[in-house]
Amino acid sequence: MAGTIKIRATLEGDVTTVKAQILHVMETGLFKDKKTGAPIPAHVIQEVTCTHKGTVVLSADWGIAISKNPYLAFTFKGGQKGDSITLSWVDNLGERDAIETTIS
Amino acid sequence: MTDNSRRRFLMGTLAGALWGMLLCFPRLAAAAWPAEAFREKNSHGALRALFGDAPLIDAQDKIQLSITDLAENGAVVPVTIESSLPQVEAILILVEKNPSALVARFTLGPNVNPFIKTNIKMAQTSHVTVVAVAGGKLYSTRKKVKVVLNGCGN
Repeated sequence: MAGTIKIRATLEGDVTTVKAQILHVMETGLFKDKKTGAPIPAHVIQEVTCTHKGTVVLSADWGIAISKNPYLAFTFKGGQKGDSITLSWVDNLGERDAIETTIS
Repeated sequence: MTDNSRRRFLMGTLAGALWGMLLCFPRLAAAAWPAEAFREKNSHGALRALFGDAPLIDAQDKIQLSITDLAENGAVVPVTIESSLPQVEAILILVEKNPSALVARFTLGPNVNPFIKTNIKMAQTSHVTVVAVAGGKLYSTRKKVKVVLNGCGN
């Protein structure tokens, strides 16, 4: 799955703010199809990893209760303009995506 | 090259490759996705699965949990967490009355500030608990959120 992540990393003073939005259904597995009554299988992102210059700065383990099209923002110290930032996710069906950007 | 030394060479290469993979993907070596904790229904069980019987220290003054008092739509409830605690290693979000109480665990690197913003789902009116792990201790705060529309579908 490509093109599912929008990311922005901006530097202000010594603090880099990373904001990301991922396009993903985040289906809990608890809903039923309104017409057939059949359960809709769970399809959720379970792990998100963010790196700065190749080092993991933040990793997230998610259950079923992160909203559809997840949004995530966090901040860290020590980043510089032009540094590489990556963000990747993997879901319970083994689908994944990753993106790279630079701090601006 | 004899058969034996070739085998040893191949085994050595394989072991090196495996070790290299572990180094490249630190998550393989670090804590994996905590399936057991996510299976637990209530927050007490989820925390016990992760931390054993470590006590929760009430830290309302050290953790700021910004979340609405009244959520019209439980499918999207914005949460912002900030803390004045030093060296926070992890931040957890739990919703007591969700089908699975543990919502998320964020593991923070040493340069990461104790600040997380995200959107969560809430099935019904419930306490939302935030746990910050710092120096091996568990600090927590919680807030009650009224939910009008169920966001979990059960």
